[in-house]
Amino acid sequence: MASVLKIIDLAKIYSLESVLVYAVKGVTLEVEEGDFVALMGPSGSGKSTLLNLLGCLDRPTNGQYFLAGQDVARMEDDQLSNIRSRYLGFIFQQYNLLPQYTVVENIEIPLLYQGAKLSNSTTNRCIGLAQLVGLGNRLDHRPMQLSGGQQQRVAIARSLVNDPAVILADEPTGNLDSRTSDEIMHLLSKLNEAGKTIIMVTHENDIASWAKRVVRMRDGVIESDIRNEKPTVSIEGATSTIQTELLESLVLNQSK
Amino acid sequence: MLIFSITAILMLASLFACILIWDKGRRSFILAVRSLWLHRLRAFLSVLGIIIGTGAVISLMAFGEGSMQDALEDIRRLGANNIMVRSVKPTDDAGSSKRSYIAIYGLTYTDFDKIATIPTVTRMVPMRIFPQEVRRGYKGVNSRIVSTIPDYLDIHNIEMKSGRFLVADDEVLLRNVAVLGSELANRLFPFEDPIDKEVQLGTFFYKIIGVMKERSQGGVSTEDVNLDVVIPIATARVRFGERIFMRSAGSRSAEKVEISQITLTVSDTEKVRPTGEIIRSILENHGKADWTVNVPLDRLEEAERAKERYKMLLVLIASISLLVGGIGIMNIMLATVTERTREIGIRRALGAKRRDITLQFLIEAVVQTSVGGILGIVLGLAMVYALPFFAETFWDARIPAKVHFESITWSLTTAVAVGIVFGIYPSRRAALMDPIEALRHV
Ligand SMILES: Nc1ncnc2c1ncn2[C@@H]1O[C@H](COP(=O)(O)OP(=O)(O)O)[C@@H](O)[C@H]1O
Ligand SMILES: [Mg+2]
Repeated sequence: MASVLKIIDLAKIYSLESVLVYAVKGVTLEVEEGDFVALMGPSGSGKSTLLNLLGCLDRPTNGQYFLAGQDVARMEDDQLSNIRSRYLGFIFQQYNLLPQYTVVENIEIPLLYQGAKLSNSTTNRCIGLAQLVGLGNRLDHRPMQLSGGQQQRVAIARSLVNDPAVILADEPTGNLDSRTSDEIMHLLSKLNEAGKTIIMVTHENDIASWAKRVVRMRDGVIESDIRNEKPTVSIEGATSTIQTELLESLVLNQSK
Repeated sequence: MLIFSITAILMLASLFACILIWDKGRRSFILAVRSLWLHRLRAFLSVLGIIIGTGAVISLMAFGEGSMQDALEDIRRLGANNIMVRSVKPTDDAGSSKRSYIAIYGLTYTDFDKIATIPTVTRMVPMRIFPQEVRRGYKGVNSRIVSTIPDYLDIHNIEMKSGRFLVADDEVLLRNVAVLGSELANRLFPFEDPIDKEVQLGTFFYKIIGVMKERSQGGVSTEDVNLDVVIPIATARVRFGERIFMRSAGSRSAEKVEISQITLTVSDTEKVRPTGEIIRSILENHGKADWTVNVPLDRLEEAERAKERYKMLLVLIASISLLVGGIGIMNIMLATVTERTREIGIRRALGAKRRDITLQFLIEAVVQTSVGGILGIVLGLAMVYALPFFAETFWDARIPAKVHFESITWSLTTAVAVGIVFGIYPSRRAALMDPIEALRHV
């Protein structure tokens, strides 16, 4: 399998007044296409910082970062925006939907910043993604009218709309109860099955158990990097919200 | 200036068209409208400066333009090339303290001849105007005799309703003929054609040869010109003399006035004012203020000066409201940006460039100021139409107003400009936020 991203000796140092905080201290990591990586570790170990670096939201103090064959570590702000909009999808712990927008409009946002011409076909794609995550009957709802799990599903649909090379998720189930968490994880693992590369930060073992690879961090460095031979798989029918055919048409066919 | 208006409108229209055609722009526009609607009171208060400023500018412009138009209307009616020289009764001076029986004052035929020597004067129409009852049988109407020459018709733009006006022969032959004002004709001959009938003026009867069309009053004089009766000046000189006896409050007084008014035409507009000056210098010889020289063209200058003053006031009001409005917008935009920090982070994460964020908030600021501008225009127009109406109904005062189209385009352009200028800083501030910091914002 080809690697989709590769970081070499990546470091992030924050300077707080006189103190230097070494959030990430030289991490080397390669993620292959189609992998499902769980980034684990205690609080303050640098997981989020690393994920932000991978997400091109932050710039490393040191090291190299190649994403989809491009050296992104030293890119300009505008170029980074382009990279985010072409290659990356984000799922946040707080869902981060825009309250003024409907479900479909929220899903549409990344397309807007790709400079895509919004048309019936793009709207249909957004509607399709909403149906994929089981919100086909909530297209015109505002985030306030949705439960946490539903909001997170909108966020997942949004992260898929630009057909990204990697989906980055920072504690996607952190705000959800275990049943809803299972639903979300089921959805993510389905997406991974369909070929999506996912990197997910979590500190819960049973969430991490869905991933194919578990990377543990401590104090800004990688402590262990283990392949999970038997990732959790969803029992078919446990969640009715996912429609396999739709998933295939929207996700599989999109990744060339 | 019309070109300016058209360009401005085209520019504004294309600006908004571009925003609306372009997906990102349209989304920002819709979002702007939604969030403004969500905080409508706040948005309204923050553009109040712009609303009031625009309203004031629109209405002041309209009132300034109105008085200008009024002056132009006057000039059109009185003639831009004309000068009116009038006799006026001097205010109590040393001479009249002797209680002379006859008050002698005003323009004389000597003055007339002197003025006639001015080369730029192409036409002179003398008038002798005095109050006189016009009788027809038992009916009497208090009227004014205007005795003059045939040129009066032309110089005062009089149109005939029926019959003819005075002709040269009427003067030469000292005919007893009269031309009636429309209202006078109505009162004396309510149901008949007055032509060839007779009216009595003083001791003599005059044949009616024509009736004048109704004329607009012209604001200044209190007499109703439509009650005038016009007779040949030569006839009047013979029949009435130059002395007028008047009875008022039991006492009798008399006045001797040779000519009440001379309306004269100057060869070209350029020479009107200098000619007026020459006439004044001729009349200075009277040694008393028993005359006035009225140059309608002066009204124009006066109105222009008033308009200039209005413009200064306007600039002042506009700049103050610009500043107040701009600060209001900046203030509210800064608050909005802070409130929506997380939204900015989310958009940046989803691929928005800095300029996308800048533009989004800029559009929001411009939408806000444009709405403010439009509300201001509505307020201004309401004032333009309401104020003269109330002034007329409650204080019987006339406020001329004419909406200046240019002021509307100006206001709109300015409103958009204020949105851009004062929206830039908050928008840039939003755009320069660190995406992670913004995402972490609660
Ligand atoms: N913006 C920042 N400024 C200074 N220190 C930071 C900043 N962000 C994170 N850190 C520090 O870096 C370390 C790693 O933080 P983080 O990546 O959020 O950990 P995790 O997500 O694993 O809990 C922590 O010690 C944290 O205090
Ligand atoms: Mg974290």
